[in-house]
Order: sequence, then structure tokens, then C-alpha cells
Amino acid sequence: MFTFPICREINEEPAMKPETSFFRTESSRSLRWALGVVGATVLWVAAYAHLIEFADAVLGLIGLERATPLGEAVHFFFYDTPKVMLLLTGIVFIMGVIQTFFSPERTRAILSGKRTGAGNVLAATLGIVTPFCSCSAVPLFIGFLSAGVPLGVTFSFLISAPMVNEVALVLLFGMFGWKVAALYLGLGLLVAIFAGLVIGQMRMERHLEDWVLAIQARSAEGHESAGMSWVERGQAGLGHIREIVTKVWPYVVAGIALGAGIHGYVPEDFMASFMGKDVWWAVPAAVVLGVPMYTNAAGIIPVVEALIGKGAALGTVLAFMMSVIALSAPEMIILRKALRPRLIATFAGVVALGILLVGYVFNAVL
Amino acid sequence: MKTVKVLGPGCARCKALTEMVRQAALQAGVDIELEKIEDMAAIVSHGVMSTPGLVIDGKLVHSGSLPDAQKVVAWLLA
Repeated sequence: MFTFPICREINEEPAMKPETSFFRTESSRSLRWALGVVGATVLWVAAYAHLIEFADAVLGLIGLERATPLGEAVHFFFYDTPKVMLLLTGIVFIMGVIQTFFSPERTRAILSGKRTGAGNVLAATLGIVTPFCSCSAVPLFIGFLSAGVPLGVTFSFLISAPMVNEVALVLLFGMFGWKVAALYLGLGLLVAIFAGLVIGQMRMERHLEDWVLAIQARSAEGHESAGMSWVERGQAGLGHIREIVTKVWPYVVAGIALGAGIHGYVPEDFMASFMGKDVWWAVPAAVVLGVPMYTNAAGIIPVVEALIGKGAALGTVLAFMMSVIALSAPEMIILRKALRPRLIATFAGVVALGILLVGYVFNAVL
Repeated sequence: MKTVKVLGPGCARCKALTEMVRQAALQAGVDIELEKIEDMAAIVSHGVMSTPGLVIDGKLVHSGSLPDAQKVVAWLLA
């Protein structure tokens, strides 16, 4: 999850103001929160149910017809933007609350001493729910290793955390339905597990920088994450919305605008000619193209949707998307502080190979 | 006089925390010596796994997010 343009923390988020004077007692405060959550949910559902009407109305106001390419593009934009923003806000809040249960310290405690195999599966799974920012990738990496988490297991976590993120999942769900979302989740986990196992097998510990090996990290005393009240967890959810949505929305709008252009102007089945199922080189080309590129899930998915609408094969497009999200130049540069080039190259290579396989499997199965 | 260290590789949230600590110290009327630690090895040696981290008198009190401003005041007064 979140990792963008380098780091979640690029948008600073102001401290949450304590509102103690406003709420006289703890229980009335909880009540207000419960009512607020219910009210927001009702509004959310109502808005989500009227997306098409909204886009139609906007089109009517401008005086465009859906039959024209421009009309179709504009309709796509005004349908998708509110839809994606609604989905994003909802899921980011829920994940913000869930993440209060999984601090990196806790995840490390769960993983330490786990063996290769089961450990990789667990690490990849925890990667979904543990808050992660690529600017913390190095301390996290070292924190794991120093607590006795094997190198391969650590990598499973490090691959799964950015790739299988809540934003990608919810957008895939919103646009292609639960089957595609579930496949993405399953295959993303599989790539993370497989790549971690391979890196573990290769015994690459000597390709860590010397200072990493020398360090004996003190284990942090457990602070806070335990014993939070539900109101505090809710506040964490709101903070998460502020942090992610304020950062991600320009990408979303840009992605949707690009998607809208493709949707309105690119001829049907145009993409099929070079991103279709029968083009054997399409998957490797998508991966090679995707690795140096970097944007986040929210920006790439509207493009993905538009490409698929024009006949691109799902496996090819997902391979492209995975390589864009999971492997990025900024993260490599950050990891370079702790990892020698051979290990970084192996990491990128193994993950790219995994994504390649996923692309082919997807294209063959669907 | 308390020694306060903000641990973080220079991201916006780390800067925000530094500013927050400065404000909190003024508010609490506590004299502090504020140090910003950006070296990765030093950050890690404090046991921090997600930045920013806050260390007061050698003890890690918070990591991974911006803490509540009132809490920072409380930690400084403790």
C-alpha cells in the first residue's frame, strides 16, 4: 500500500486534534461516532446507487450525447470518478481501522522463528493488512531480520505488502467484479510466496550490506497499538483517508481521464491486435514496460479498465499492473542502502518472473 | 533538559513530527535538545520499524505515525 511517488508520507497530514472539550463523556463520544459511521454508510450507499444517473445528468447539462466519442469519454469520466472515489474512501477507512490491529511490531512477533514455507505464506498474508510505506522498507526489513525472520520470509512480506494492496483490490472489485479481484489477490500472494521461497533457497544473506549484518536491533517495547478504543481506531481510519485519498486523488483523476480518452476514441478491438491473448510476446512486453514505470494502483486501474474494454487480454493487463505496482525504481533505490546490487537484481528478477507466469496463466485460463 | 530525537529518513511526516515536538516543548515549558536522526543504521538501532520514531531521553515512545499533540506534551512532562 500503499509507496508513492516514493512514500506515503509525501503528503503531510496534520495531527488529529483532540476534541475532548466537545465530547463531555467517553460514552457520548462513542455514540456520536457510531451515529456518524452509520450516517456516512447510508450516504455512501445512496450515492453509490445513483452513479449512472449522475453521469447522465452531467452529460445532459453539458448537452452531449453518449453516441459521440466525446460524449462517451465524458460520460466515462463522470461515472468513474465518483465511483472510484467512493470505493476508495470506503475501503481506505476500513483498512485504516484494520491496520490498527496489525502494527509492524506485531507482525514481526508473529513471523519471528517461523520456518520457510509456512512462514512465507504467513508473511505474504500479513503483508496485506500490515501498514507499509516504502520509506520504511529498510527499517522494517532489518527489524524483521534481526528478530530472526528468515530472509526469504522477509521478502515474501516485502513483495506482498505493496502489490496486494487494498486500493488495487477494491478497484478491481468495483470494475471487474469479485472473481477478478479474488484472482488478483490469490495470484499476488502466490508471486510473493514463490519469490520469497526462491530468494530463501538462494541463501543470499551475504549480499546484504555489512552494516545490516552488524546491527543488533533492539526490540522496541510494545507501545500503544494494544488497548486502543474503537473511537481511536475510527480516528485512525479517518487519518488514513486523509493520508491516502488526499495523495491519491490526482492519480485517480489523471488515470480516469486517460481511460476516458481510450474509452471514447480508441476503436473497438484495437488493443486485441497487440495486447490480445494470441500475442505471445505481449506478457513479457507488458512486464518490461511496467517495471521502470511507477504509479499507484488507484491511477493505473482506470487505464486497465479502458484497455480491457478495447480487447486487451486480462492476463497481459494484470501483468502490466502488477509490475507497475510491485516493482519500482524509488523502492529499489531505498533498498539499495541495505541490499547489495546482486540481491536487488535477484529480487526484481524473481518477482518479474512470477508476474510473467501469472500473466500467461491468466491468459490461458480465462 | 530532555534530549529528544526524531527518527526518520527525511519524509514529510518526520518533518511534521519535528515541528510538533518543538511546539509541544514550548507549550509544556520544557527545555529540550532536539536532534533529527536520518541515518538508517542509527534509526534501526533504536528498534524502529516504521518511521517516524520519537525517542525521549533514550527511550522510544512512539513510532509509525504522527502521535497526538497532547500525548507529545505528556511525554515531555513525564
